[in-house]
Amino acid sequence: MITKRIIPCLDVKNGRVVKGTNFEGLSDVSSPIELAKYYSANGADELVFYDITASAEGRELFTDILRETAKHVFIPLTVGGGINTLDDFDRVLKCGADKVSVNSGAIKNPNLVHDAAKKYGKQCVVLSADVKRVDGIFRVFAKGGRENTGMDAIEWIKKCAANGAGEIVLNSIDTDGVKGGFDLEMLEAVCNVVDVPVIASGGAGKIEDFITLFNTLPKVDAGLAASIFHFGEVKISDLKNAMVQAGIPTRKD
Amino acid sequence: MIAIVDYGVGNLFSVKCSFDAIGAETVITSDADVIHAADRILLPGVGAFENAARKLRESGLDKVIKDEVKSGKPLLGICLGMQLLFDRSFEFGEHEGLGLIPGEIRPIADVVPKGLKIPHIGWNSLSVKDKANPLYKYVKDGDCVYFVHSYYAKTDNKYILAETDYGAPITASAACGNVYGCQFHPEKSGNVGLNILRAFCEV
Repeated sequence: MITKRIIPCLDVKNGRVVKGTNFEGLSDVSSPIELAKYYSANGADELVFYDITASAEGRELFTDILRETAKHVFIPLTVGGGINTLDDFDRVLKCGADKVSVNSGAIKNPNLVHDAAKKYGKQCVVLSADVKRVDGIFRVFAKGGRENTGMDAIEWIKKCAANGAGEIVLNSIDTDGVKGGFDLEMLEAVCNVVDVPVIASGGAGKIEDFITLFNTLPKVDAGLAASIFHFGEVKISDLKNAMVQAGIPTRKD
Repeated sequence: MIAIVDYGVGNLFSVKCSFDAIGAETVITSDADVIHAADRILLPGVGAFENAARKLRESGLDKVIKDEVKSGKPLLGICLGMQLLFDRSFEFGEHEGLGLIPGEIRPIADVVPKGLKIPHIGWNSLSVKDKANPLYKYVKDGDCVYFVHSYYAKTDNKYILAETDYGAPITASAACGNVYGCQFHPEKSGNVGLNILRAFCEV
């Protein structure tokens, strides 16, 4: 049976990982390449690199890092951040990315998901949505969660899946950073309307949060987190062992 | 030297990197002479069958590959590259493949139970059917590899090297003589995948 994926997300700015802490045997915790190698060796099923650089120089540095990572890490690599055009897809796919995640770019350009899926295949296009409850309704936020677009999130995600998004990363702004568990209610609402893989993001604080996620919502395919992995609060190897014990289909390398 | 066939389909960078990691020499090429001089051939591919099959035909590489295979050179197809090895595909119409492994490419929706997501994306476990095959000498039953596909190879059991379970058995890997194919991506399947590539370098 297909296994549930555990995905660490690395925010990269000017060539360095933004959050990070000391791991045993890892000399440079803010090197994206070193951290990617570490996670890959410790059981991560996939990695997300998120480029939060604003400058052109930083962008070039980012693609250098991608290329270097692809030389050492042999698990799927998803890249996001600053993807607004098909040229942006091209740029990162040539450097070793397997999937490309779009967020604000898809909001600004309604054809981006469709055009990218047509050119590169649906499996390549990931829709990342930042969603927050406003007066009890799930709304899509843009610009890193700062701006309410006013769009209904469930309709938006449904539309993007129909246009060719092959996976959905649902980031709940309401639970993000709270470390009280994933946003099960929001995830369920999305799982009910799409038949592509859904990746849960925002809210994981401990191992049990992942167990609860997969046990409660069998339709969720993967759990994504950043700081709890980077700060060593959850070790992926421990998490994988706990998943096996809970009877959740899990990959052990 | 392994010739990675460049016929304008897919990202060859990761495939090349994975061979680099196991110390195997590769060359990315569309030149018949280079393919002829190589010891092994790797046929990559992502995207749609029809487009890829047409590009192989238009470039004449289909004939080059068939001639090399006839001379006994080992060939490994990955993902769409594996699907191209079969007789034909029913992805958006009916299209002819290279005919190097008997069988045809059908939608996985034909066999998997309703409610399962398509494409089949993610890490799934292998059940090795031909344990004596040299490509699988480093693989154990239950090892996981990374799949991304919506179509599968429907073929006789005798050509199936390994299957995976997605609500129904799906061909994960097939072979016919010196022609091998993996539906999954060995270059994205961690150590298990690298070991399959290593085994290919040793067949």
